[in-house]
Amino acid sequence: MTQDSRPLSPHLQIYRWQITMALSILHRATGILLSLGSVFIVYWLLSLSSGEDAFARAQGLLASLPGKIFMLAWIAALFFHLANGVRHLFWDVGLGFEMPTVRRSGWAVVVVAISLTALTWWLASGVQA
Amino acid sequence: MRSPLGRVLGLGAAKEGPGHWWSQRVTAVALVPLVLWLVYSLLALSGQDYAAVIQWLRNPLHAVLLAVFLVTMFYHSYLGLQVVIEDYLHLGWLKVAVLILLKFAHVLLVAIAVFAVLQIALGGRS
Repeated sequence: MTQDSRPLSPHLQIYRWQITMALSILHRATGILLSLGSVFIVYWLLSLSSGEDAFARAQGLLASLPGKIFMLAWIAALFFHLANGVRHLFWDVGLGFEMPTVRRSGWAVVVVAISLTALTWWLASGVQA
Repeated sequence: MRSPLGRVLGLGAAKEGPGHWWSQRVTAVALVPLVLWLVYSLLALSGQDYAAVIQWLRNPLHAVLLAVFLVTMFYHSYLGLQVVIEDYLHLGWLKVAVLILLKFAHVLLVAIAVFAVLQIALGGRS
Protein backbone atom coordinates (compact mmCIF):
# COMPACT_ATOMS: atom_id res chain seq x y z
CA MET A 1 0.00 0.00 0.00
CA THR A 2 1.36 3.41 -0.91
CA GLN A 3 0.52 6.86 0.38
CA ASP A 4 -1.30 8.34 -2.63
CA SER A 5 -1.66 12.05 -3.30
CA ARG A 6 -5.10 12.17 -4.83
CA PRO A 7 -6.90 15.46 -4.21
CA LEU A 8 -9.37 15.72 -1.32
CA SER A 9 -12.55 17.71 -1.57
CA PRO A 10 -12.49 20.56 0.96
CA HIS A 11 -14.30 19.72 4.17
CA LEU A 12 -12.95 21.64 7.15
CA GLN A 13 -13.30 24.91 5.26
CA ILE A 14 -16.84 24.04 4.17
CA TYR A 15 -18.84 22.31 6.88
CA ARG A 16 -20.15 24.27 9.83
CA TRP A 17 -18.50 23.28 13.10
CA GLN A 18 -20.82 21.46 15.47
CA ILE A 19 -20.43 20.23 19.03
CA THR A 20 -20.47 16.63 17.79
CA MET A 21 -17.42 16.78 15.52
CA ALA A 22 -15.59 19.25 17.75
CA LEU A 23 -15.78 17.00 20.81
CA SER A 24 -14.93 13.96 18.73
CA ILE A 25 -11.62 15.35 17.53
CA LEU A 26 -10.99 16.91 20.93
CA HIS A 27 -11.36 13.48 22.51
CA ARG A 28 -8.64 12.18 20.21
CA ALA A 29 -6.42 15.24 20.71
CA THR A 30 -6.71 15.13 24.51
CA GLY A 31 -5.97 11.39 24.43
CA ILE A 32 -2.76 12.01 22.52
CA LEU A 33 -1.80 14.85 24.88
CA LEU A 34 -2.40 12.61 27.88
CA SER A 35 -0.23 9.89 26.37
CA LEU A 36 2.58 12.37 25.87
CA GLY A 37 2.13 13.65 29.42
CA SER A 38 2.46 10.14 30.79
CA VAL A 39 6.17 10.37 30.00
CA PHE A 40 6.39 13.15 32.57
CA ILE A 41 4.53 11.01 35.12
CA VAL A 42 7.24 8.38 34.74
CA TYR A 43 9.96 11.02 35.09
CA TRP A 44 8.28 12.35 38.23
CA LEU A 45 8.08 8.86 39.79
CA LEU A 46 11.72 8.20 38.90
CA SER A 47 12.80 11.44 40.50
CA LEU A 48 10.83 10.48 43.61
CA SER A 49 12.66 7.17 43.84
CA SER A 50 16.01 8.85 43.18
CA GLY A 51 16.08 10.92 46.32
CA GLU A 52 15.20 14.32 47.68
CA ASP A 53 17.41 16.38 45.34
CA ALA A 54 16.10 14.76 42.19
CA PHE A 55 12.55 15.18 43.47
CA ALA A 56 13.14 18.87 44.26
CA ARG A 57 14.35 19.35 40.67
CA ALA A 58 11.21 17.72 39.28
CA GLN A 59 8.98 19.80 41.53
CA GLY A 60 10.90 22.90 40.45
CA LEU A 61 10.16 22.10 36.83
CA LEU A 62 6.47 21.84 37.66
CA ALA A 63 6.48 25.13 39.54
CA SER A 64 8.03 27.03 36.62
CA LEU A 65 5.79 28.95 34.23
CA PRO A 66 6.03 26.44 31.36
CA GLY A 67 5.55 23.72 33.98
CA LYS A 68 2.36 25.33 35.25
CA ILE A 69 1.05 25.77 31.71
CA PHE A 70 1.78 22.11 31.00
CA MET A 71 0.04 21.04 34.24
CA LEU A 72 -3.06 23.11 33.47
CA ALA A 73 -3.25 21.78 29.92
CA TRP A 74 -2.76 18.22 31.13
CA ILE A 75 -5.40 18.53 33.87
CA ALA A 76 -7.86 20.07 31.41
CA ALA A 77 -7.16 17.28 28.90
CA LEU A 78 -7.59 14.70 31.65
CA PHE A 79 -10.97 15.94 32.82
CA PHE A 80 -12.25 16.47 29.30
CA HIS A 81 -11.15 13.01 28.16
CA LEU A 82 -12.63 11.51 31.34
CA ALA A 83 -16.00 13.23 30.98
CA ASN A 84 -16.28 12.63 27.24
CA GLY A 85 -15.08 9.08 27.83
CA VAL A 86 -18.05 8.48 30.14
CA ARG A 87 -20.27 9.93 27.39
CA HIS A 88 -18.74 7.36 25.01
CA LEU A 89 -19.40 4.55 27.49
CA PHE A 90 -23.09 5.46 27.56
CA TRP A 91 -23.11 5.24 23.76
CA ASP A 92 -21.43 1.85 23.98
CA VAL A 93 -24.41 0.45 25.85
CA GLY A 94 -26.74 2.07 23.34
CA LEU A 95 -27.93 5.07 25.34
CA GLY A 96 -28.11 8.71 24.37
CA PHE A 97 -28.01 8.56 20.58
CA GLU A 98 -30.93 10.91 19.97
CA MET A 99 -29.55 14.11 18.43
CA PRO A 100 -30.82 16.54 21.12
CA THR A 101 -29.32 14.27 23.79
CA VAL A 102 -26.02 14.05 21.91
CA ARG A 103 -25.75 17.82 21.82
CA ARG A 104 -26.87 18.31 25.41
CA SER A 105 -24.51 15.67 26.77
CA GLY A 106 -21.75 17.24 24.69
CA TRP A 107 -22.22 20.63 26.29
CA ALA A 108 -22.53 18.97 29.70
CA VAL A 109 -19.11 17.38 29.14
CA VAL A 110 -17.61 20.78 28.34
CA VAL A 111 -19.12 22.33 31.48
CA VAL A 112 -18.03 19.43 33.70
CA ALA A 113 -14.50 19.43 32.29
CA ILE A 114 -14.03 23.18 32.77
CA SER A 115 -15.52 23.04 36.27
CA LEU A 116 -13.37 20.14 37.44
CA THR A 117 -10.26 21.76 35.97
CA ALA A 118 -10.99 25.07 37.68
CA LEU A 119 -11.81 23.34 40.97
CA THR A 120 -8.63 21.25 40.90
CA TRP A 121 -6.48 24.22 39.97
CA TRP A 122 -8.00 26.33 42.74
CA LEU A 123 -7.56 23.56 45.32
CA ALA A 124 -3.96 22.90 44.26
CA SER A 125 -2.91 26.55 44.32
CA GLY A 126 -4.68 27.16 47.63
CA VAL A 127 -2.40 24.64 49.33
CA GLN A 128 0.83 26.22 48.08
CA ALA A 129 0.10 29.48 49.94
CA MET B 1 -6.46 -18.06 3.93
CA ARG B 2 -3.95 -15.28 4.45
CA SER B 3 -0.18 -15.57 4.43
CA PRO B 4 1.79 -14.60 7.54
CA LEU B 5 3.26 -11.68 5.61
CA GLY B 6 -0.21 -10.56 4.61
CA ARG B 7 -1.29 -10.67 8.19
CA VAL B 8 1.72 -8.61 9.35
CA LEU B 9 1.06 -6.01 6.68
CA GLY B 10 -2.51 -5.74 7.90
CA LEU B 11 -4.06 -6.86 4.65
CA GLY B 12 -7.54 -8.22 4.45
CA ALA B 13 -10.30 -8.01 7.00
CA ALA B 14 -9.85 -6.58 10.47
CA LYS B 15 -8.24 -9.15 12.71
CA GLU B 16 -8.86 -8.62 16.39
CA GLY B 17 -11.34 -5.77 16.31
CA PRO B 18 -13.81 -6.97 18.94
CA GLY B 19 -11.05 -7.84 21.41
CA HIS B 20 -9.44 -4.43 21.00
CA TRP B 21 -12.80 -2.68 21.39
CA TRP B 22 -13.59 -4.61 24.57
CA SER B 23 -10.16 -4.03 26.15
CA GLN B 24 -10.44 -0.31 25.45
CA ARG B 25 -13.82 -0.19 27.20
CA VAL B 26 -12.79 -2.30 30.18
CA THR B 27 -9.68 -0.20 30.79
CA ALA B 28 -11.78 2.95 30.36
CA VAL B 29 -14.26 1.82 33.02
CA ALA B 30 -11.42 0.94 35.39
CA LEU B 31 -9.75 4.28 34.80
CA VAL B 32 -12.78 6.34 35.89
CA PRO B 33 -12.44 5.55 39.61
CA LEU B 34 -8.65 5.20 39.37
CA VAL B 35 -8.18 8.68 37.87
CA LEU B 36 -10.57 10.27 40.36
CA TRP B 37 -8.68 8.59 43.20
CA LEU B 38 -5.35 9.73 41.71
CA VAL B 39 -6.42 13.36 41.37
CA TYR B 40 -7.79 13.35 44.90
CA SER B 41 -4.58 11.82 46.24
CA LEU B 42 -2.32 14.23 44.37
CA LEU B 43 -4.35 17.18 45.64
CA ALA B 44 -4.03 15.85 49.19
CA LEU B 45 -0.26 15.55 48.64
CA SER B 46 0.33 18.91 46.95
CA GLY B 47 2.37 21.25 49.08
CA GLN B 48 3.69 18.38 51.19
CA ASP B 49 7.38 17.69 51.50
CA TYR B 50 9.40 14.81 50.14
CA ALA B 51 9.10 12.68 53.29
CA ALA B 52 5.32 12.95 53.30
CA VAL B 53 5.06 11.79 49.68
CA ILE B 54 7.35 8.83 50.38
CA GLN B 55 5.29 7.94 53.44
CA TRP B 56 2.13 8.08 51.39
CA LEU B 57 3.62 5.69 48.82
CA ARG B 58 4.79 3.30 51.53
CA ASN B 59 1.14 2.62 52.33
CA PRO B 60 0.55 -0.69 50.48
CA LEU B 61 -2.93 0.31 49.34
CA HIS B 62 -1.64 3.48 47.68
CA ALA B 63 1.29 1.69 46.04
CA VAL B 64 -0.93 -1.06 44.66
CA LEU B 65 -3.58 1.33 43.37
CA LEU B 66 -0.93 3.52 41.77
CA ALA B 67 0.64 0.48 40.09
CA VAL B 68 -2.76 -0.71 38.86
CA PHE B 69 -3.48 2.79 37.56
CA LEU B 70 -0.16 2.89 35.68
CA VAL B 71 -0.62 -0.49 34.00
CA THR B 72 -4.24 0.25 33.08
CA MET B 73 -3.41 3.74 31.83
CA PHE B 74 -0.50 2.65 29.65
CA TYR B 75 -2.56 -0.19 28.16
CA HIS B 76 -5.46 2.19 27.44
CA SER B 77 -2.98 4.69 26.00
CA TYR B 78 -1.48 2.13 23.63
CA LEU B 79 -4.89 0.93 22.44
CA GLY B 80 -5.93 4.52 21.71
CA LEU B 81 -2.72 5.47 19.93
CA GLN B 82 -2.90 2.28 17.90
CA VAL B 83 -6.24 3.39 16.47
CA VAL B 84 -4.86 6.86 15.74
CA ILE B 85 -1.88 5.42 13.83
CA GLU B 86 -4.10 3.02 11.92
CA ASP B 87 -6.37 5.91 10.94
CA TYR B 88 -3.67 8.17 9.57
CA LEU B 89 -0.72 6.04 8.57
CA HIS B 90 -1.27 3.81 5.56
CA LEU B 91 2.26 3.23 4.32
CA GLY B 92 2.62 -0.47 5.15
CA TRP B 93 6.14 -0.75 6.56
CA LEU B 94 6.00 2.66 8.29
CA LYS B 95 2.75 1.84 10.04
CA VAL B 96 4.07 -1.47 11.34
CA ALA B 97 7.34 0.13 12.47
CA VAL B 98 5.60 2.97 14.32
CA LEU B 99 3.15 0.59 16.01
CA ILE B 100 5.98 -1.67 17.17
CA LEU B 101 7.99 1.29 18.45
CA LEU B 102 4.97 2.64 20.29
CA LYS B 103 4.41 -0.71 21.92
CA PHE B 104 8.05 -0.89 23.02
CA ALA B 105 7.86 2.64 24.40
CA HIS B 106 4.72 1.85 26.39
CA VAL B 107 6.14 -1.39 27.78
CA LEU B 108 9.34 0.40 28.78
CA LEU B 109 7.51 3.29 30.40
CA VAL B 110 5.18 1.09 32.44
CA ALA B 111 8.09 -1.11 33.53
CA ILE B 112 10.09 1.89 34.72
CA ALA B 113 7.10 3.45 36.44
CA VAL B 114 6.01 0.31 38.30
CA PHE B 115 9.62 -0.39 39.26
CA ALA B 116 9.94 3.12 40.73
CA VAL B 117 6.73 2.67 42.70
CA LEU B 118 7.84 -0.70 44.06
CA GLN B 119 11.26 0.65 44.91
CA ILE B 120 9.76 3.39 47.05
CA ALA B 121 6.96 1.29 48.52
CA LEU B 122 9.29 -1.56 49.52
CA GLY B 123 11.76 0.93 50.95
CA GLY B 124 14.66 0.40 48.56
CA ARG B 125 15.88 4.00 48.27
CA SER B 126 15.84 7.00 50.60
